[in-house]
Amino acid sequence: MTQPSAGEDWSATMFRQMADSGVDLFAYVPDAGNKRLIECADASNEVRTVLLTTEEEGLAICAGADLVGKRAVLCMQSSGLGNCVNYLSLVNGGKFPLLMMLSMRGDYGEQNPWQYPMGQAVDAIFEAMGVLIFRVETPDDLEKATAAALHATGAGAQSAAIILTQKFLGAKAF
Amino acid sequence: MTEAKIDRRELLPQLFENPDDYLFVSGLAGAAKDTSALTDDGDNLYTMAGTMGAAVPMGLGVALNASDRKVVVVTGDGELLMGIGSLVTVASMAPANLSIVCIDNAQHGETGGQPGHTGKATDLETIAKGAGFSSTMTITCSDQIKDGVGFLATATGPRFLNVRVTDGMPSTYKRNMDPAACRHRFRNAYLSDG
Repeated sequence: MTQPSAGEDWSATMFRQMADSGVDLFAYVPDAGNKRLIECADASNEVRTVLLTTEEEGLAICAGADLVGKRAVLCMQSSGLGNCVNYLSLVNGGKFPLLMMLSMRGDYGEQNPWQYPMGQAVDAIFEAMGVLIFRVETPDDLEKATAAALHATGAGAQSAAIILTQKFLGAKAF
Repeated sequence: MTEAKIDRRELLPQLFENPDDYLFVSGLAGAAKDTSALTDDGDNLYTMAGTMGAAVPMGLGVALNASDRKVVVVTGDGELLMGIGSLVTVASMAPANLSIVCIDNAQHGETGGQPGHTGKATDLETIAKGAGFSSTMTITCSDQIKDGVGFLATATGPRFLNVRVTDGMPSTYKRNMDPAACRHRFRNAYLSDG
């Protein structure tokens, strides 16, 4: 069960912003936080979705898309960032301007102790590997943070992550 | 396990008579050296020198977004096993323009020739079949390379070709190992062709 505090339409808003910016491949490991976004993508005939077996695979797929001039996004739970760390070498060293969308666990209201270590390490990992962070804590942040991340990974030529906090998403109940 | 009789250095030039017809992504180490020698480190090749396991998903990202081009991933048994789940993702997405060639020497050649899993109980073609590939083949001796050529040309994609090679050295080639420069090179060449 989730207890969403965010407005129900935020996923559709985010999807529209991404699609309008030319993001046409959504690679994902399923999470409650990206469920509706991926449903929006699946319902669209403008984009395609790629279900992953593990998160780092998505970074390589997004990098491959970039090699032929396309924009993609990797959607994952914060725990999946831990699986990605070495592949951020490709992102950083290769200057691939990759876009990520993280739905947080282990930050605000988390009741599962397994989620805290990785959740609390997210910022440090991104900082260490040279990925910009755009954080969403309130519904007002969503469009601005998404637009900022799209600009950063577009003309800005940076890699960047939109972080959807549990303050925004709501915490899973146990 | 069938005894391998193919020298890896003779493999790629015979499999790909016209390398310019393809976009190549290669994994690190020997696969990168062999593909660099094949293409003269060409602008249709992206080689890795790290991120072990990333070759297949990177090739998938290229293939899904360049459906008008023939895309080939060249990998090794160790590199492939580190990202083995990607075979599942490729099978699910089923890009018809993607071929995976695994140079299987049953060892970790780059780090000292330590024995690998495929010298024991593991068969990569069976794994690819289980992942959902309908087109798979294993070749073990030189006179089968021509069968591999026919397989890559005519089998329904995505294709998985496992090549059991002897434990000899890969090709000698000093390639550009700057990942950002190689990204630019590949991207610019592809986009200017398009």
